[in-house]
Amino acid sequence: MIQYLRNNSEIVWLALQEHLYLALLPVLLGFAISLPLGYLAVRFPRLYHPLINTFGVLYSIPSLALFVFLPVLLGTKVLSPVNIVVALTIYTVALLARTVADGLRAVDPVVIQAATAMGYRRLRRLTAVELPIALPVILAGLRVATVSNISLVSVGSLIGIGGLGQLFTRGFQLFYIEPILVGIILSVLLAGLADLIIVLVQRAITPWTRAA
Amino acid sequence: MNLSYLTDPAHWDLSAPGGIPQLILSHLGYTALALLLGVIIALPVGLYIGHTGKGSFIAINAGNAGRSLPTLGLLMLMVTLLGLGLLPVLIALTVLVIPPILTSAYAGMRTLDHRVVDAARGMGMRSWQVLTRVELPMALPVLMSGFRNAALQVVATATVAAAVGLGGLGRLLIDGLAVNDYSRVLAGAVVVAGLAVLVDLFLALIQRWIVSPGLKGS
Repeated sequence: MIQYLRNNSEIVWLALQEHLYLALLPVLLGFAISLPLGYLAVRFPRLYHPLINTFGVLYSIPSLALFVFLPVLLGTKVLSPVNIVVALTIYTVALLARTVADGLRAVDPVVIQAATAMGYRRLRRLTAVELPIALPVILAGLRVATVSNISLVSVGSLIGIGGLGQLFTRGFQLFYIEPILVGIILSVLLAGLADLIIVLVQRAITPWTRAA
Repeated sequence: MNLSYLTDPAHWDLSAPGGIPQLILSHLGYTALALLLGVIIALPVGLYIGHTGKGSFIAINAGNAGRSLPTLGLLMLMVTLLGLGLLPVLIALTVLVIPPILTSAYAGMRTLDHRVVDAARGMGMRSWQVLTRVELPMALPVLMSGFRNAALQVVATATVAAAVGLGGLGRLLIDGLAVNDYSRVLAGAVVVAGLAVLVDLFLALIQRWIVSPGLKGS
């Protein structure tokens, strides 16, 4: 395996970079979309169940199907990375919008009333009181989305773009175990590292959770 | 949106190999086998950890570790090691379902009211009786939600079996892509998503049937 890495360091490095980009860009996009969506689902309770159910169905579409089908829907090329990014963004939103909504819903109404009584307007109350309190729940969802995105990217290799997944297909075609092992190990390490970073960020920005 | 492949009656011929009904059957077959193996392996371990409290870090971390393991990579590794066939696919899918079942079995056992367990002990139940008559029934709602989660994942992921030459609904995706027949790809995507919803609905019904009426309120 070390030998394989030494001889193919360039390919592996490129695959790793592509993998990181394909997995993390959707996390950022999905997070940015989920926050307002999750808030809407809480602000207008009537929207909650329709939204959650729609995302449940979206989440059950197999990644492979979404990867091959998006080009038809978006008019992009089959080999365009946009397909992977859009597909994984959909999964991220499907997972995170619900967590954001559940996190916000779990905020103690007494706290919200206290904030209102102190003169917080809706937007300021949301950013200064409700979101920080919901943060541990939201970040737990973000961890799940990030880790599953990193492992899902490799399915894209079946349609020709999949970061480390290309090492899987290459090894599979050549019946050669080294690239597959390298791909799996790097993918798992990447997921673990990303997870660890989110945990550390969470510890840093929610110091009050440690006091309890 | 071209639905012609999906709506063509010729593709719904029950006896045709490669027809949609046959693909659904093999797809459900892989799913059921993987779930069965997953339950056989993960349920006792999860229940043991939850019952005794020993090794709980395994149960807590299993979920994350399982999610981070790329199923396609594992599948291709198994095929490279064991050759083509059902076994590598089953191993990869079983590895996929073990974490949610294990974690939910553990969580179900941990979150139940301990006064009930104490009461059962006080009534003279033995450890085995407490487990099978009190803890397991009470852990069922959480356990079933983990199982449903696992089932959804396998139904969606069993499509990769087609990437290593097996059947299942992934055939429509892989073959459709290979010959640029997007109507076939769409048919595959629609049928898998529909199947996932139906399987979940079916399991929800089973859950209503097996969960004790005394727990329904909570």
